[in-house]
Amino acid sequence: MTDSVDVLNMLKIVYTLYTLAVISLICWFGLGVVNPKGKPRIVKASTFYVYVGALITVGVAIHIVTFNKIPWVEIDFKRDSLKAAQVVNITIEDHKFMLPSPKIELNCNEYVMFDVVSKDLTYGFGIFRQNNSMVTQMQVVPGSKNDLMWKFGKNGVYHLRSTEYSGPKGAHMYIKDVFEVTGCTEDDKHSQKRGSL
Amino acid sequence: MSFLHTLIHGNEGGLKTDGLTPTQKVTLRAVIIGVLYYGLSALEGMMMRAHAITPLPMLNDTHYFSVMTVHPIVGIFGSTYLIVFGAFTFLVPYLMKKPLYSIKLANATWMLIALGALLAWLGGFLFHYAPLYTLYWPLPVDFKQFDALGGLVFISGIALIMIGTLGFIYNIFATVFYTEEGHEKRPFKPLLLSALGIDGVLNIWYKMTGREPYSKEPAVSLPVVAIFRGTIDTFLDALVILTCGILILVYIVSDLSGAPMDYTAVNALLYKNFFWWGLDLIADGLVLIYIAGSWYLLAMLITGKKLFMQNIARAALLLELIVSWAVWSHHLLADQGQYNMMKLVSGEMVTAFELVTQGIAIFITLVTLWSARPLKMTNELKFLLGGILGFMLAVPAGIIQADMGLNRILHNTQWVAGPHFHVAILVGLTMTLYSAIYILWPTLTNNVKLYSQKMATYHFWAHLVGGIGMGAFMGMAAMDGMLRRTLYLEGEYQTYMILAGICGLLLLSAWVVFLLNVVLSIGVKGLIGVFTKSKLQTKDLVPQA
Repeated sequence: MTDSVDVLNMLKIVYTLYTLAVISLICWFGLGVVNPKGKPRIVKASTFYVYVGALITVGVAIHIVTFNKIPWVEIDFKRDSLKAAQVVNITIEDHKFMLPSPKIELNCNEYVMFDVVSKDLTYGFGIFRQNNSMVTQMQVVPGSKNDLMWKFGKNGVYHLRSTEYSGPKGAHMYIKDVFEVTGCTEDDKHSQKRGSL
Repeated sequence: MSFLHTLIHGNEGGLKTDGLTPTQKVTLRAVIIGVLYYGLSALEGMMMRAHAITPLPMLNDTHYFSVMTVHPIVGIFGSTYLIVFGAFTFLVPYLMKKPLYSIKLANATWMLIALGALLAWLGGFLFHYAPLYTLYWPLPVDFKQFDALGGLVFISGIALIMIGTLGFIYNIFATVFYTEEGHEKRPFKPLLLSALGIDGVLNIWYKMTGREPYSKEPAVSLPVVAIFRGTIDTFLDALVILTCGILILVYIVSDLSGAPMDYTAVNALLYKNFFWWGLDLIADGLVLIYIAGSWYLLAMLITGKKLFMQNIARAALLLELIVSWAVWSHHLLADQGQYNMMKLVSGEMVTAFELVTQGIAIFITLVTLWSARPLKMTNELKFLLGGILGFMLAVPAGIIQADMGLNRILHNTQWVAGPHFHVAILVGLTMTLYSAIYILWPTLTNNVKLYSQKMATYHFWAHLVGGIGMGAFMGMAAMDGMLRRTLYLEGEYQTYMILAGICGLLLLSAWVVFLLNVVLSIGVKGLIGVFTKSKLQTKDLVPQA
């Protein structure tokens, strides 16, 4: 199952290649535009329209590709109609997470609903691996529904961190090893912890 | 000639301020203060860069986040607004071929914005007021964390900036529409249609239907169309920020008077929508439109030619304006209370149109330059290309994070701060502004010779490499999970942060070299003379030959 590490690795490759291509293009342009032997050239209007068509295609294609390749997008869209196997209720107040239990065990490949309530400020709810890379997150807005449905596909132990700034007192809203996912055939190699919880 | 003599008197006699018109002086004042505020913002940025490498003992959490709060205020309003407004205060009358509507108002504008930025900065520096520029409700009125007096100073500063902004807007619109003394009455309708760019759309329509063009010679030149359109977003943005500021002020005053109000009376998600709708008009509205207009103007001035596909450019600017009103939801893709349909339509689809509108501006500018080959690699040309490169990198980075799948793992990470908005502002926007400064330099200083071309070249490369490099290393840290407003105390991302810090130093050194080059060119006497009253009693933009 595709997870955030796979998606971010792909993004890293694609965006790096794009960056190099764009820098090369501007270098080529810069050298060409001052080339003393360069001749003025009129670009046809048709070239412009093809270019605009390409931009529209790329802009739309990004979202179509991610919708089909990133599994959590569809889950997010359909979370009202999907039945959660497990609901984790968390409350945040005075820059503190109030968890149902100090350690929360989650089953593999089941829908888990994280239902988080803020009693005062806007916070964030983020799940992170042992190597600090992000699994997922959402904003936690007071007075609003903050429900994130997720399906874990790998075994691992994960940290909880607020991903939104809530004042200097919220700078260290971080609890290690809160979530443990078990029952998968594959381990999350970035989130293994020695010994049991 | 000694260095000290050049420093005081300038290069080859420096700036003769007695020969500057009031319009030249007011423009230079705004730009100089803007450049100085840029330096303050860069210093603050370096403080945060250093703290991200290893926590500095003199920066506790409260102090650190107050620096983070004032850094964008000083950078965007104190620096960028002043430089942009200063330049447009000169360019709009210059392109309209008539005097500025009010020089007094232009002076009041830069002073209000400069004072407002100073007040907001003091709110952070003295009182450590730190709700960040996002001001998520109810954080700005959380008086368990912040001193209400600090909030009063900070929000009053923001209010002054917005009042100054309204003054600029009035002056620009009035300059476009008013009829100067001794000139035959300028009709309002063609000016309005042209300023909104509707004549461009009509020209395309008339051509498609086989008719003569609606307007062969538009009443308003294309760069003024861009400035006019961008200024509409500037106006809407100022109204929204002022409204939020008044709301916060009401809570602050009630707290200070001993009768605190219930902050739950304001719906946090509704407020967030309203605030982002307005604030996003800066990032995705006026900046992109002003930048497109600046590129068009620079391309025309550098090449001396007409712009490629003028009507399309006019129509694209109208599209950009409408798009900018409907993209704010990309800031709320991680808010589960936000309707999915709003995320999909406003946050993803309409936002993706910015790839098209900005792409059109890049294409038209590059083709216009190419059509005038061979050009000379002047400072203005190289900075223009740097600015275009900045947006070619930053806009797609923004489109990527404005995706419901990717936003789940990019929201609030260093990706947003690095590859997206710092590359957009530092490389895209700032290099475009430097291009404008270099091209306007002879006109505004009455041909003062630049002290050192080598220093200008260093300024270019250090700024470009520093800006892109810093964004790149912040982006790499984001891929490994680094958030943008979180303190990491165990050296989790130290390697990336050291590399980003080195690039930050390059940026800071670029500014120091640029400032030194400017001061050595015009001289300290010239610099001070800009702020004295003009001896020329004229409404002309530049002195009569």
